[in-house]
Amino acid sequence: MAAGRRTLAPQISGLAMAKTILEMRGITKTFPGVKALQDVNLDVREGEIHAIVGENGAGKSTLMKVLSGVYPYGSYEGEIHFAGQECRFNGIHDSERVGIVIIHQELALVPLLSITENLFLGNEQAKFGVIDWHSARSRAKKLLARVGLNENPDTLITNIGVGKQQLVEIAKALSKEVRLLILDEPTASLSEKDSHALLDLLLEFKRQGMTAILISHKLNEVKKVADRVTVIRDGRTIETMDRDDVSEDRIITSMVGRTMEDRYPTRTPKIGETIFEVKDWVVHHPLHPDRQIIKGINLSVRKGEVVGIAGLMGAGRTEFAMSVFGRSYGTKVSGEVLVHGKPADTTTVEKAVAAGLAYATEDRKTYGLNLIDHIKHNVTIANLSGVSSRAGVIDDMGELKVAKDFRKRTNIRSSSVYQVTGNLSGGNQQKVVLSKWLFSDPDVLILDEPTRGIDVGAKYEIYTIINKLADEGKGILVISSEMPELLGICDRIYVLNEGRIVGELAGHEASQEKIMRAIVRGEEKAAS
Amino acid sequence: MTTETAAPTEAAPARQSMRDALKENLRQYGLVLALLIIMVFFQVMTSGILFLPVNLTNVVLQNSYIIVMALGMLLVIVAGHIDLSVGSVAGFVGAVAAVLMVDYGLNPLLAAIVCIAVGGVIGGAQGYFIAYMKIPSFIVTLAGMLVFKGLLLALLGGRSVGPFPTEFQMLSAGFIPDVIGRWTIVAPALNASGTAIPNTGIVLHSTTMLIGVLIVLGMFYAATRSRRAQESHGHETEPFGLFAIKNAIMAAIIMFLMYKFASYRGLPNVLIVMGILTALFVFITKRMTFGRRIFAMGGNIKAAALSGIKTERLTFYVFVIMGMLAALAGLIYAARLNQATPKAGAGMELDVIAAVFVGGASAMGGVGEVAGAVIGAFIMGVMNNGMGIMGINIDWQQVIKGLVLLGAVAFDLYNKKKA
Repeated sequence: MAAGRRTLAPQISGLAMAKTILEMRGITKTFPGVKALQDVNLDVREGEIHAIVGENGAGKSTLMKVLSGVYPYGSYEGEIHFAGQECRFNGIHDSERVGIVIIHQELALVPLLSITENLFLGNEQAKFGVIDWHSARSRAKKLLARVGLNENPDTLITNIGVGKQQLVEIAKALSKEVRLLILDEPTASLSEKDSHALLDLLLEFKRQGMTAILISHKLNEVKKVADRVTVIRDGRTIETMDRDDVSEDRIITSMVGRTMEDRYPTRTPKIGETIFEVKDWVVHHPLHPDRQIIKGINLSVRKGEVVGIAGLMGAGRTEFAMSVFGRSYGTKVSGEVLVHGKPADTTTVEKAVAAGLAYATEDRKTYGLNLIDHIKHNVTIANLSGVSSRAGVIDDMGELKVAKDFRKRTNIRSSSVYQVTGNLSGGNQQKVVLSKWLFSDPDVLILDEPTRGIDVGAKYEIYTIINKLADEGKGILVISSEMPELLGICDRIYVLNEGRIVGELAGHEASQEKIMRAIVRGEEKAAS
Repeated sequence: MTTETAAPTEAAPARQSMRDALKENLRQYGLVLALLIIMVFFQVMTSGILFLPVNLTNVVLQNSYIIVMALGMLLVIVAGHIDLSVGSVAGFVGAVAAVLMVDYGLNPLLAAIVCIAVGGVIGGAQGYFIAYMKIPSFIVTLAGMLVFKGLLLALLGGRSVGPFPTEFQMLSAGFIPDVIGRWTIVAPALNASGTAIPNTGIVLHSTTMLIGVLIVLGMFYAATRSRRAQESHGHETEPFGLFAIKNAIMAAIIMFLMYKFASYRGLPNVLIVMGILTALFVFITKRMTFGRRIFAMGGNIKAAALSGIKTERLTFYVFVIMGMLAALAGLIYAARLNQATPKAGAGMELDVIAAVFVGGASAMGGVGEVAGAVIGAFIMGVMNNGMGIMGINIDWQQVIKGLVLLGAVAFDLYNKKKA
C-alpha cells in the first residue's frame, strides 16, 4: 500500500489544497493467460499533470483503457472513483459523460473528412438529426483557437500534418467538456518542435485548471511538464514521485528494476565468421519520401550468434528489417546487404529468400499467416519448390511429412496439421510462422518480436528454438521491445533510436540501464 | 476459439472413427447430395422428364459455357477478386469468331485459336489494371463489361452473323463418334412404317459406355493408390467400409449418367471439353504450386507477399486465364446458337458468379473448390431446366433462383460457424 501512504505526503509538502479527483484502487485486469494489471493504484489530483511512465507492455495503455471504459465494468477487478463518485463505465460514452476523455496513441481521425466534421464526429451539432453546419463551424473555430491551431475548419484532415492532427484530437476532446484529459504517448509521432508546442499547450491548459494524465516514455518530456510521476512495471504500480524527487536515474531504476529470473534457457555460444552484414542502410517513408526513417544503419551478424536490436516503439526496427527483406517497407532504399561476405540482391522477397534470409513478422495475424488455412499449407508456402516437382506439381505426401516434422520439431500443439491456424493460440501460431521460415532453410533469420503476446511457457519454447538454430550455425537477429528478453538471449545488442544505431553492447556487459541510457542520450543528441 | 490438444505424437497408421469420417464426407459431398436431391425433386415434379436422356443431354449443353467460365471465376474469386466482364467478353469473342469464320471464311480451328488468344489479351489488359495499377477488380471489370458490350454491338452493327461452318457447330451440337457401333440390348418397337419409335427399346452408344467404364476404373485406381500412399506414410485413413461404399456410389452415379447419355446420342463433344478442363483445374488448384499460391494470396495477401509470392504477377495470370475461358465459353455459346447475336452473353456473368458462390467459395477470397463451382453451376442449371419444363414463369424462376443462392450461402456460413 505504498501508494496509499504517498497520497498523504503532499499535505506536508505544501500542495495540500489540491484534492484528489481520480482514484483507482486495486485494479486487476486479466487477459486469457496473462495478468496485464495487478492491484494497480493511482491517484490524480485536481489541476495537476500526472505522468505515467513504464516500458512497452508494462500496462499503461491497459490501465487507461480500464479508466475510459474501453474495458467495461466487470471485466476487471477494483474500483474507480472520479470526483467523489464511484464509476462503473460500460463504454467510452459513459466515461466521456463525466468528463474523462482519452486521446489514443493512434489518432482516431477520419482522413477524408474536414476538421469540423472530425471535431464533432459522433457528437454532431444537430437537431433531429439535421446538422447545423453554421453553429458547427463557429464552434470549431473557437475550439481551434483554444488549441492555437490556425487552420480553416473545412480543411481535410489528410491535408494537415501529424502535429496539427494531434491538436485537432485535443480540440475534439475540449469539445466534450473535459475534466480529465488523458494523452497516450501524444508525441510519439511528432517532431521535436511539434512536441514542444504540444507540451506548452498542456501547461497552458493546466493554468486554466484542467487535469491531465500524460503517458510517455520520453523522460525529458515528463520532467518538463509533470507534477507527479507514477511508474508502472509488469502491470504493477511501483511508486509515485513528486516533481522534486524526479530524476532520470530514479525513473530508469524504477522502470527496469526487475530481477532476472530463470526465464531463459542457457547456451554456450559457438560464434563463427560474419555471415550477414548491412552497410549504410537508408530508408525513406513510403508516403512521405522526403522523410528519412532509417538514417544509415551498419550492422553485422556472425555465424551462431544471436544479435538483438533494442529500441522503443517507433525507433524504426521493424521498418529496417522489412526494408532489408525484399524492400517490403519504404521507398528510396539504399545501402548494401552482404551474405557470406558477398553482395546479396534482396530487392524482392523471393530474392531475399534465395539469398538465405528469412523474416518472421511481428504481426503474425496480418503479415505472417493465412489464418483461414491449415498448418500444413502455412508451413510450406514460403518454400513450395521444396515439396514440388520442377513443373510445379506438389508432392502431397512429401508436404504432409514436412508439416508433421515441423509440428513435432517446434512442438506445435494442435489436433493435427490440418488444424486451421486461426484457431491456434498465439504461441502456437508463432511456432507455425517459425516453422514456415525454418523450412525455407535460411542462413540468417530476422525475428521481429518473436514472443509478443504469448505466455511465459511458450516464450521459453521459442527461446529454446532460437538457441538450437544458433547452435546449428545460423545467424539470428532478434528485434524485441522487451529488454530483459534481449538481455536473456542475445550475444550482442544494437540499440536503435530514431533510425540510427546509438549503441552496441556485448551481451555480458549489457544491462537495461545501459540500453535506456543509450536511448535517452540518443534522444538528447537529436534534440540538441 | 482456441482449440488445443496434447502435444503431437507419432501414431501407427491410424483409422478415423466412423463418425468423424462420415462428418467429413458429408461436408465434402454435401453439394453432390444437394444436387441429387434437387434432381430427384424435379424428376418427380416433371413426371419423369428430367432424367430422359435427351433432356439430360440438354442440361449439359445449356450449361456448358457457364461451367467453363465458372472454372476461371473460381480462381478469380479465390484470389479475392471478381470479374463482371465475362458475359460481355464471351459475347464479343463469339462475334469475333463469326466475323472471322463467316465474313472472312477463316479456317474454324485457326479462328478458334485466334479467339482464345483475343480472350487472353482482354483478360491480361484487365488484369494489368487490377494487379499492377491496383484498381479494384469490381471497377475494372465493370468498365470491361460496358466496353465489350459496346464493342460487340459495334462489331456486329446490329445484325446477327451466321450460320457457322459445320465443323465449328460440332463444338456444341456434336457428339463423340461411335467407333465401336451401336449396341442393341432390347430392340425398339417399330411403328407402322417400319421406323423405330423414340424412347422404346435399349440401344446404347457403346463408346460412351466404354468411356464410362474407363472413368470408373480410373477413379478406383486413383482412390486406392492414394489410400495406399497414405497408409504407407502412416497417415490417418477413413474406415474401409466407408471408402468402398463411397466409391461404389460414385461409380453407380457415373455409370447411370453414362447409360443415359449412351441411350441418346452418346457423350456431347462439349461435355468432353468440360470434363477435361474441370479435371485440369482440379489438378491445378489441388496439386500445383500455382493453385496453392492463389489460395494463399486470397487468404492473406500481405502474408503471401512476405512469403515471396509475386502477388501481382499471379493476379495478372488469373485474369489472363479467366479471359481465355470466357473466350472459349463465347465460342461454345455461338456454336450452340449457330450465330453471333448482339445480345449474346448478356447477364451471363451473374449466372457464373452465382454458380461459384453456391459451390461454396467465399466472397472474401481464399476459399473455394473447382468441383463445388461445377456442381453449383449444375444446381442452378437443373433448376432452370426443371422449372422450365414445369412451366414456371421466368419471373418466378428468377425469384426462386435468387433465394436458392442466398439460402445456399447462408447455410454454408452457418455450417462453418458451427464447425
